[in-house]
Amino acid sequence: MKIRQISVFLENKVGRILEITEILGESNINIRALSLADTSDFGILRMIVNDIEKTKRVLKERDFILKESFVVAVEVPDKPGGLAAVLRVLGKENINVEYMYAFFEKPQDRALLIFRFEDPDQAVSVLQKHGINVAEEEKLGVR
Amino acid sequence: MIWNKERESLSDGKKSVLQSEQLKSLVSRVYEVIPFYRAKFDKQGIHPKDIRSIMDISKLPFTTKDDLRENYPFGMFAVPMERVVEIHTSSGTTGKPVIGGYTNSDIDMWSEVMARCLTMSGTTENDIVQNAYGYGLFTGGLGVHYGARKIGANVIPISGGNTRRQIMILQDFESTIITCTPSYSLYLAEVGEELGIDFNKISLKAGNFGAEPWSENMRKEIEARLHLLALDIYGLTEIIGPGVANECMHKSGVHICDDHFYPEIINPQTGEQLEPGEVGELVITTLTREATPLIRYRTRDITSLIPGKCSCGRTSVRMRRIMGRTDDMLIIRGVNVFPSQIEEILVKYEGLEPHYQIVVDRVGSMDELAVCVEMNEKLISDEIKELEIVEKRIRSEIESTLGIKVAVQLVEPKSIERSEGKAKRVIDKRKI
Repeated sequence: MKIRQISVFLENKVGRILEITEILGESNINIRALSLADTSDFGILRMIVNDIEKTKRVLKERDFILKESFVVAVEVPDKPGGLAAVLRVLGKENINVEYMYAFFEKPQDRALLIFRFEDPDQAVSVLQKHGINVAEEEKLGVR
Repeated sequence: MIWNKERESLSDGKKSVLQSEQLKSLVSRVYEVIPFYRAKFDKQGIHPKDIRSIMDISKLPFTTKDDLRENYPFGMFAVPMERVVEIHTSSGTTGKPVIGGYTNSDIDMWSEVMARCLTMSGTTENDIVQNAYGYGLFTGGLGVHYGARKIGANVIPISGGNTRRQIMILQDFESTIITCTPSYSLYLAEVGEELGIDFNKISLKAGNFGAEPWSENMRKEIEARLHLLALDIYGLTEIIGPGVANECMHKSGVHICDDHFYPEIINPQTGEQLEPGEVGELVITTLTREATPLIRYRTRDITSLIPGKCSCGRTSVRMRRIMGRTDDMLIIRGVNVFPSQIEEILVKYEGLEPHYQIVVDRVGSMDELAVCVEMNEKLISDEIKELEIVEKRIRSEIESTLGIKVAVQLVEPKSIERSEGKAKRVIDKRKI
């Protein structure tokens, strides 16, 4: 139930994200979700992509340093209080969120929340126990 | 294995007699034929007859790089031009280069000392020496070449650069010895790894790495990645080129060929001679050089001589790794900083490539020190806090070693300029 995420190390320089998106575009790789974490000096671009291996290959060829890690994708109805319901469960079960980001799925009216947990397996079972819908890679078009 | 057992394992008494004779003859020769030395001796009130043994060397004046520049190009030559068979210069990018001239006998001596150095890394007539030092005016290429020829090894004069071809030749010719700068050896490892080369399967067994300062940790890195024995070779254009000194397999300092090059360590401020073990500036007298002999040449290299005998059987005096140079020593807020101190810290971090750059700048009236370190696969995390921990650990270790504040910046791989020769480690933007 875990989703593979690619993180890329970037210096805070003009055009670096553009460069990555161009490389992925040229390689016909679709970015399904994306978030950028940054400090004043560097950033980490985290992405869910439709083709993990190809992404790793094309970015490494261009000397980017990257890391693959597991995240959990949770489906919630796209309406007020959707995220809060999930966070309430996590809070109650004392599961810490390292970081998270969200994106929306058309045409269904759903939001997908991407969570990074210290222990993704434990988080998945807790979420499922509470009837929260955890999405699989296939559902996000990841291969 | 010792190339010249007799000369490399002289007893103290025999060595002193030999060096004394060599010094006396050198001093009278330079006094006779080099006006610069005659004037300098006269000014100091010293005459060749005052030099009776090697112990008297401290009475002699020093020679500096500025002296060589002022006598450019041929003012320091001690033989007529028709006896000179070769000339080399330093790679100096500022001002006029420093010149070394060689007679036939100097080339023989150079071949001899380089044969000793290469023998220390295990080179024999059965070896294939891939010589990746630059050929040309730079002494590195031809110095190693002459030594390898003297041993009777098969020398491949590939010269520097063209890394992919270097790797192809390494594989195809099955080179067993490599000679290049330590930073270039890591560049070779890096490119080789990218090409999917397993250095464990390559015939290389040893390398003589020099022409720039490096550290013990860098040795570990080179040995682990290239799967060879990495030994330090020391030399400088003014004295002969490579061949002044080399480490033996015991890796406990470089053995100076002291039957040709007499070393002293001095206090760079006062010029006073220091005891073995004390750190100071290395000063060398070329006891046997014909074309461009030098009396007490100030190398600006900071090191110390090692007391005691080496277990390899050689009695030639040993010297520690060069810790830095009196002229690349950075003074930041009054603190002496050697780039090698920072390198020692960086390479301790597992997975950290020793690709770094030290940037010194003056902001207002304060000097600021920044160290850029290249990111790599082992350090990357998807969490900012993990990377901030890495930065912080490096920063606090540098700060506690140097005693000054430093900014550490993680940068993208390959963003620090790679030269195929000497690595540009320090950028000093201060205008003082």
